[in-house]
Amino acid sequence: MANGSNRPLSPHLQIYRLPLTALTSITHRITGVALSVGTVLLVWWLVAAASGPEYFAYVQDLLGSPLGLLALLGWTFALFYHLANGIRHLVWDAGYAFEVQKAELGGWVVIGAAAGLTIVSWVIGFSVR
Amino acid sequence: MSNTRTQAGLRTALGRVRGLGSAKSGTGHWWGLRVTSLALVPLTLWFVVSVITHLGADHAAMVAWLSSPVTAGLMVLTIGVTMHHMVNGLQEVIEDYIHTEWTKIATLLAVKFAGYFLAAVSIIAVLKIAFGR
Repeated sequence: MANGSNRPLSPHLQIYRLPLTALTSITHRITGVALSVGTVLLVWWLVAAASGPEYFAYVQDLLGSPLGLLALLGWTFALFYHLANGIRHLVWDAGYAFEVQKAELGGWVVIGAAAGLTIVSWVIGFSVR
Repeated sequence: MSNTRTQAGLRTALGRVRGLGSAKSGTGHWWGLRVTSLALVPLTLWFVVSVITHLGADHAAMVAWLSSPVTAGLMVLTIGVTMHHMVNGLQEVIEDYIHTEWTKIATLLAVKFAGYFLAAVSIIAVLKIAFGR
């Protein structure tokens, strides 16, 4: 690519197709930042429980509304993704699974685990409530 | 004496022993994220299972659940470790993407203050419920 100096360029993100390992890596960050915003929800819920029955019921209703449920669905997936991929990182930190094939496989396992755990917990959630 | 170089490279013996590197803080930040992430695996699973089993619970049930010392203790740990992990993780993101020094420091301080404020507020909320009965 012409950058006037013949020096290598970093991938042009709009046309470069990210490999699965890069995609799972940036998703780990995105879900981490999203979960940080989501902790405000957790804090709000606990504060509501501490403030009394009326306010707690109000917050429970909001979380049970379609928009609240959508937010919680995203929250659940982000949590499970970050949890599963975090374990994948701990495996790497221990010095295992650096080979390209194993790293790719790990990425698919993480995506499958995040989706599967999200579906399972919502199915259980709706059947027990 | 501290200028004594080993054959391994340009780093001095003292520098190698201290192991602090260019960030001047060594591996503390990195290790802290690993320890908190390991602790968060069981805490997060406990939290998710607890939330699912208390879906649609009214206030009285919620208070009864949180007033158990084990529940309150696990909840306080979940909040404390989560917020610590969150602040450290956000610090890594901020340091990677924000390169203007004063913006970086301002964002880091804001994130740290907000994170520990959220931790304090929610821990006190849990304790208020736990001690309120």
